[in-house]
Amino acid sequence: MSESIRQSIGRSLWHDAWVVLRRNRAAITALVILALFTIAVIVGPLFSAYSIDATDWDNISIAPSISSGHWFGTDALGRDLLVRTLQGGRISLLVGIVATLVSLVIGITYGAVSGYFGGRVDQVMMRIVDILYALPFMFLVILLMVFFGRNILLIFVAIGAINWLDMARIVRGQTLSLKNREFIEAARAGGVTTARIIGRHIVPNLLGVVAVYVTLTIPQVILVESFLSFLGLGVQEPMTSWGALVNEGAQEMENAPWMLIFPAVFLTITLFCFNFLGDGLRDALDPRDRGASL
Amino acid sequence: MLNFMLRRLLSAIPTLFILIALAFMLIRAAPGGPFDSENQLPAEVEANLRNAYHLDEPLYQQFGRYLANLARGDFGPSFQYRDFSVTELIRSGFPVSLRLGGLAMLLALMVGISAGAYAALKQNTTADYSVMTAMMVGISIPNFVVAPLLILLFAVGLRWLPAGGLGDGEVRHLLLPVIALAMPQIAYIARLMRGSMIEVLRSPFIRTARAQGLTMPRIIVLHALKPALLPVISYLGPATAAVITGSVVIEQIFGIPGLGRFFVQGALNRDYTLVMGVVVFYGSLIIIFNFFVDLVYGWLDPRVRL
Amino acid sequence: MPGSISFTASVSLACLAIVAALLGGCGGNEAGSPQAAVEIGGPSGTELAADQTLHVGNGTGPQTLDPHRAEGVPSANILRDLFEGLTIEAPDGSIVPGVAKSWDISADGLVYTFHLHDDAKWSNGDPLTAEDFVFSLRRSTDPATMSHYSSILEPIVNAMEVITGEKSPEELGVEALDALTLVIRLQRPTAYLLGLLTHSTTYPVHRASVGQYGNQFAREGRLIGNGAYTLDEWVVQSHIKLIRNKFYRDNAATTIDSVYYYSIENQDAELKRFRADELDITEEIPYQQLPWIRENLADQLVISPYLGSYYFGFNMTREPFKNNLQLRRALSLAIDRDIITSRITNAGEIPAYGWVPQMAGYKQVASEWAGWTQAERNAEAQRLYSEAGYSIDKPLKIELLYNTSANHKRLSVAIASMWKQTLGVETKLLNQEWKVFLATRKLMKITQIFRAGWIGDYNDVFTFAQLMHSANEMNHSGYSSSRYDELIERAADETDLQARADFLNQAEHVLLEDMPIIPIYFYVSKHLIKSWVGGRQPNIMDHHYTKNFYILQH
Repeated sequence: MSESIRQSIGRSLWHDAWVVLRRNRAAITALVILALFTIAVIVGPLFSAYSIDATDWDNISIAPSISSGHWFGTDALGRDLLVRTLQGGRISLLVGIVATLVSLVIGITYGAVSGYFGGRVDQVMMRIVDILYALPFMFLVILLMVFFGRNILLIFVAIGAINWLDMARIVRGQTLSLKNREFIEAARAGGVTTARIIGRHIVPNLLGVVAVYVTLTIPQVILVESFLSFLGLGVQEPMTSWGALVNEGAQEMENAPWMLIFPAVFLTITLFCFNFLGDGLRDALDPRDRGASL
Repeated sequence: MLNFMLRRLLSAIPTLFILIALAFMLIRAAPGGPFDSENQLPAEVEANLRNAYHLDEPLYQQFGRYLANLARGDFGPSFQYRDFSVTELIRSGFPVSLRLGGLAMLLALMVGISAGAYAALKQNTTADYSVMTAMMVGISIPNFVVAPLLILLFAVGLRWLPAGGLGDGEVRHLLLPVIALAMPQIAYIARLMRGSMIEVLRSPFIRTARAQGLTMPRIIVLHALKPALLPVISYLGPATAAVITGSVVIEQIFGIPGLGRFFVQGALNRDYTLVMGVVVFYGSLIIIFNFFVDLVYGWLDPRVRL
Repeated sequence: MPGSISFTASVSLACLAIVAALLGGCGGNEAGSPQAAVEIGGPSGTELAADQTLHVGNGTGPQTLDPHRAEGVPSANILRDLFEGLTIEAPDGSIVPGVAKSWDISADGLVYTFHLHDDAKWSNGDPLTAEDFVFSLRRSTDPATMSHYSSILEPIVNAMEVITGEKSPEELGVEALDALTLVIRLQRPTAYLLGLLTHSTTYPVHRASVGQYGNQFAREGRLIGNGAYTLDEWVVQSHIKLIRNKFYRDNAATTIDSVYYYSIENQDAELKRFRADELDITEEIPYQQLPWIRENLADQLVISPYLGSYYFGFNMTREPFKNNLQLRRALSLAIDRDIITSRITNAGEIPAYGWVPQMAGYKQVASEWAGWTQAERNAEAQRLYSEAGYSIDKPLKIELLYNTSANHKRLSVAIASMWKQTLGVETKLLNQEWKVFLATRKLMKITQIFRAGWIGDYNDVFTFAQLMHSANEMNHSGYSSSRYDELIERAADETDLQARADFLNQAEHVLLEDMPIIPIYFYVSKHLIKSWVGGRQPNIMDHHYTKNFYILQH
C-alpha cells in the first residue's frame, strides 16, 4: 500500500514538473542543445578523418576553412581542432557528470541519514558538515593534484568530494520535512526497516531537489576542471578538455583566435544550458524554493 | 546568544585541527622535497638543511612542533624565500589579497543585488532576460579568459590602466583585477537576488502592503529588501571561499603579490611552511567570516534562533 | 611609472649620463670583443632620457639575495648588480677585471694571484679587502652556510673536503697576502677559473653584517654589497628595486639610476606588460606568441645563441634501453629536428646532433648522420628498430616523462607523434609537475625516457662534459662508460689547452656513439627589448650588468 502511495506522489510530481518545464522555452532549448552536444562529443570523433593526436607539420595553426578539411582550424602542432574540441567535450562532460555523481552519492546518503535520524545524530553530523565547510577546499584539491599527479579518476573524485556538502544540507532539510509524512509513518508502523525506508521511500522523493542540484553542479565542476587546467594540473596530453583547450587558446588569442573561440563557445554554451535547465527545473519542481539552494 | 557564540568559537578548534592535520599530511605526502632542484646538493649541505628545518625528526614530532609554534603565532621559516618567515610573507601578502578580495566582494554585492532586484521587478520582460543573460555569461566564461581580454582592451589597447603589478597600491592598479575577480560573483548574487525577490514580491504581506496603497519603491526598500537579502547573506560564506580561490588565478595573471599566488608557488616548490601557513590562515579566516555571517543572518531573520 | 626626479637634478644627471654612456661604450670595445659592439638603439652618444629607470621582467623572482645560498637565473640576474666578483663579464660576455684589476697565473696553472683595486668599497663605504674574499669563499664552502651551489668551487684546494665537512673552512686553498693581494690555490689546472669567478658563489659578502644578522643579512635595509647597485626595496613576488651604489668604484661610468626587477612567472602576462610599456626588457617570450611577435614587434625581438642543450634522456639502467644501442639510435634518428626547430620552437634554435653547443675554443662534434636527409635517417631508424626486435605488430610501448610547461608539452607531443609515424612506437606522455618530475627522474625506476635541458654554469665545455660522468649525480640517464669517464678525468688534469680540448672531443665522440641521450636542439635566449635600451649586447651566457645599460631619449 505504501508503495502505491509513493509512486503516485512521484508520478504526479514528475508529471506536473514536465508540464511546467515544457512551457519554459529557454529550458527546453537548453535541454535539446545539451542532448545534441552530448551526442556530438560521443559520436563525433568516430566520424572524424583526424585523430586527436595526429600532428601535421605542414598545417600548423591554420585558420578554419571547409576546403582544408579542418573546419575549426588546427592548433600549434597541426592537430585538428574540431576533433580535439569534441574529445575535450567528452572529458569535460564526463568530469562534470562523474564528479557530480560522486558528490550526489555521498551527499544524499549523508543528508538522508542525518535528517531521518534527527536529534543527536543529526546535530553531530551537521556539525561535521560545518567543520568541513570551513576548509579551503580548492587549496586541498591543488594539493591532491600535486600529490597524485594527474590521474583523471582522481580529479573526478576529488572534485566530487568538495561538492557533497551542499547536497547533504539540502537533502537533510527535505528529509526532515518528509519523514513525518503519512506514508513514511505507515511504512514505519508496518515494520519496514530503517535502511529500507530511507532507500525506498525517502531517497526517491528527493529526486526533484536532486535533479535541480545536478544540473547546477555539473557546470560548476566543469569550471573547476578548467581552473585546474589553467594551473597546469589538468588532464594528460594527448587527451584534452574544454578547460585545457580554452587555456591554450587564451594564450594565442591574438595570432590564432579560433583556438580560443571554438572551445570557448562550446564551453560557454554548455554552461549556459546547464544553468538555464537548472533554473527551469527549479521553477518546475520546487517553485517555492527558487534561488535559495545555492 | 552568548552561548551560541561561545559554542561556535569552541567548534572552531577541532575544525582548525582537522585542517592543519589534513594540509600537513597532504603536502608531506607529495613526492619531491623542498630542497630538490636540478642541481644536486652535497650530502652534508642537505643534512644541514634538513636539520635546520627539523625535517630530520620523525613526522609526528614535526607535527607537534608545528602545532606548538602555531600556538605562539609562529608559522615558521619559509623554505622557498630563504630569508623570510612565513609570518612576514603572510603579513605582506594578506593586505593585498584583502583589498583585492574585499573590493571584489563589494562590487559583486552592489552590482549583483541591484541587477537581481531590477530583473525581479521586471520579471519576464526583455529587460529581465537581457540582464540575466548577461549575468549567465559572467558565470560561463572562465576567469583566465576574461582577465587577459580586459588587459588587452584596457591596458594594451586603450592604455587607460596598467597591465599588471601593484605599483604603489593605487586603485587604478586594482581596477581590472577586481572586475575580473568579481564577475562570476556578480552573476551568482544577481541570480540569487532575483529568485528571492520574486519570491518575496509574491508573498501575502507584500500584496497586503500594495493593497494598502503603498508605492512600489517604498515597499521594496521598507519591506521586500530585507527578507530578499537572506539567501544572498547565506551565500556570503561560499562567495568568500570562491573569491579566495579565484584570486589564485587573478593574482597570477596580473602579477599581484597576494596570498593566492604564494600558495600556488609554495605548493609547487614544496614550501611546506608557506603552504601550511596560507591554508591555516585562510581556514581561520573563513571560520571567523562564517561566524559573522551567522550573526548577520540572525539579525535579519528573527526566526533563526541563535 | 615611478621614480620621477626634480628638474635640476634630472638635467645634471642627464649630462653626467651622456659622458657615462660614451665611457661605457668604449669600455665594451676595450674588452676586445671580436665583432663590433652591437647597438640595439641608436649609436651611443645620442641624447639620453632624463629618467634613467629600467624595468626588467625577472621570471619567478629570486628566492634569496644571499649570493652564496642563491640558485637560479632570477637571483643571478640581480646579484650581478648587487655584488662584484674578482672578475666580471663585458657586455659581449668576455671575462674582464672586476674587483681584481690584474692577476698572475703560475706556470703549472695551480696558483692564481689576484691584485685588487685599491678603491674597491662596500656600499656603506667600508674598504673591500682580500681578507673579505677569503672570508667569503670560506663561508661559501662551509656546509653550515647551506649553499646550494658550493660544489661548483670544487677546483679550489680542499673545497670538496670542506663542503663534505671533512676539513674546516680555514683549510680552503685561499689566502690574503695583504689587503690587496689574494691567492687562490687549485688542486688541478682549471682553465675556466676566471669565468667561474663571475659566479655568485664567489662574490664577497660583508663580514660585519654577516656577523650581525647571520644568514638573514640579505634583506632590505641590511644588505651591504659591492656592486654598482644597492637594494632599495624588496616586495616578495612583486618587485625588487635597486638604486645606484655611490661607493661603487666605477660609479661615474654608470648611467642607469634605478632598476626594477619584477617577478612575473606568467610569460603571457609579461608580454602584455611589455606591450603596455611597463617593462623595458622581458625575461622570456611565450613560444606560442612568436608568430604574432615576429609580425608586430619584430624590431624589439632579440634572439641569440644561449649556452644550453635541450635533450631527452634514456634510462640506461633498465629495459628496454639497457644494452640496446639499436633501439636508442632508432629513436634518435626518427626525430626530425629541422621540423622541431623550424615549425615548433621556431625561435632560431639550432638542431642538435651532438651534446656540446658551439663554444669558443672547442670543435663541435656531431653524429655521422647529421648530414643525412631525414628520409635516410628514417630508413636507418626503421632498420635499427626491426633489428632491435620491434615491428608494427610488436610495437615498442614506452612512457615519456616531461615537466609541466607549454613548450615541453608541445615538443613531447611532437616527438611522440614522429616516433609513431616513422616507427609505430606507442608513447604514453607523462606530464609531472616540476618537483614530482625531479623526484621521479632521480629514482631511475619507472622512468624510461625523460626530458631534460642543461644550461652551462660557466663558459667552458667542461660544464657539459662532466654531466655525463658516471659519478655525477645529475647524470640522470645512469650512463656509465669507463672510457668516457677516463677521458673526462684526463681532460680535467691537463694543463695544455689544446690537449684538453682533444680529450673532451674524444669523450663527446664516445658519448654520441653510446647515445644515452637524444640531443634535440641548442638553446637561444629570447627577449623583447625596447628600442630605447642601449648598451646591451647579446652574449652566450645571457649575463648582463645593468651598469652597462643606458636609456635613450624617446
